Amino acid sequence: MIGPSSSHTAGAAKIARIARTVANEDVKRVVFGLHGSFAKTYKGHGTDKALVAGVLGMKEDDENIRNSFTIAELNGVDYQFREIDLTNAHDNSVLIEIIDSNNKYHKVIGASIGGGRILITNIDDFEVEIAAENPVIITRNKDKKGVISEITSLLAQNNINIAVMRVSRKEKGTEASTIIETDDEISHAIIDQLSQIEYVDDVKVMNFMDNKAL
Amino acid sequence: MYSNGRELLELANSRNLRLYDVILENEMKISERSEQEIKDAMRKRYNVMKDSSQKALSEPQETVGGMISGDSRKINDFTEEGRTLSGDFMCRMMARALSSCEVNASMGRVCAAPTAGSCGIVPAVIISVCEKLGLDEESAVRGLITCSGIGAIIVKNATVAGAEGGCQAECGVAAAMSAAAVVELAGGTPEMSLNAAAIALKNILGLICDPVAGLVEVPCAKRNASQAVNAVTSADLALAGIKSNVPFDEVVEAMYKVGKMLPYQLRETAMGGLAATETARKIADGIFRR
Repeated sequence: MIGPSSSHTAGAAKIARIARTVANEDVKRVVFGLHGSFAKTYKGHGTDKALVAGVLGMKEDDENIRNSFTIAELNGVDYQFREIDLTNAHDNSVLIEIIDSNNKYHKVIGASIGGGRILITNIDDFEVEIAAENPVIITRNKDKKGVISEITSLLAQNNINIAVMRVSRKEKGTEASTIIETDDEISHAIIDQLSQIEYVDDVKVMNFMDNKAL
Repeated sequence: MYSNGRELLELANSRNLRLYDVILENEMKISERSEQEIKDAMRKRYNVMKDSSQKALSEPQETVGGMISGDSRKINDFTEEGRTLSGDFMCRMMARALSSCEVNASMGRVCAAPTAGSCGIVPAVIISVCEKLGLDEESAVRGLITCSGIGAIIVKNATVAGAEGGCQAECGVAAAMSAAAVVELAGGTPEMSLNAAAIALKNILGLICDPVAGLVEVPCAKRNASQAVNAVTSADLALAGIKSNVPFDEVVEAMYKVGKMLPYQLRETAMGGLAATETARKIADGIFRR
């Protein structure tokens, strides 16, 4: 990794890279809200440079992290930092808000929990708990009976083993979200099949296989 | 599989294995990778460590705050001149620890072990001890695997984040990891390794994280040097047969609890300790005014 802090540099870059995936790798504007130790030390620890590097898609061992501000400017990516207070959040937490080129809003909250390991706790207002070490499928679906069983049986047919699964919804009968961590990589074909299930509105997949090699 | 030091020790003793063997076997199981793949991945890290612990011995690195640039070369030159009080071995090891810290503070490439703030300790101790004992690269890689096993146990049961546990959770854990590994490299028993790790962690219990200007330079670099020394002296105590009266797992638990008791100002916020001194404030103003 690139210094100076595994929590404040490597972990921060990783969280930001996930936010980039959530925004479909299309980042026009980004605002980083820094909480706790992140808020107090982000300049000295290079957290600011690492976060910008992450939304640009750089990995933790990229020696260009130190030049990320210049690279963002060259790519026309607008970035901003502010200090915030997220109640009950881990001391190294960041709220990343992204506007993409279609003016769509995306949001990720993540914590850097030490040694470069991270935990994503919120994606687009759905509560999650993702370590970003295994492939993850996030579906947006209607809160209807049978949707989840269709999703899981489709995965079983494709020989995908589910490691952790979490279902959440905003309120009964409305929009729901299924977050599935798997042991195996998810192919484009499976994404297509998942998207065709009735009441599934959106499917997002992050394979994270490259995180393991670090 | 094991989840703490006691279980790791039982597995090693019941099958007459080294900690290294049990840790490697466990890693193969959970990562579904072969022995060769794990060793290759570790050799990559070893190469990063070798570079970072060497780079600043002769060329000072331009760090963000400029507070520690050239320190590694100073102690290295001093050692070459034969003027050391604590011995050439200790001083060369401190020079290596400071070198990685300089590289880290200049946003260069390091291997977090367990963290970037504490990245000088494991490389300095492993490389220096291997040099002293005439051990090859294969042994160094084995040592790093033992280090990783001890680190993983602490991550599982406590924390390695300075923002959660203070410096004891970063530099203290690095010292514990290294101490356990070098005891094994020096031919000590698994029990001696865990005693060394416990002693090293006890010696730094309660240490706060108070980075001046929020940079990872002061006091971080010198704490890396001092904790490398702590690792080796703790290893010697354990190799001599001295036990930690409080077992390793309980020391880890104590470290975690102490970390939780530390006020927010003393956990990597640059609001207390050395970071709140008059001098530190002046330094911070000077750096961030530009």
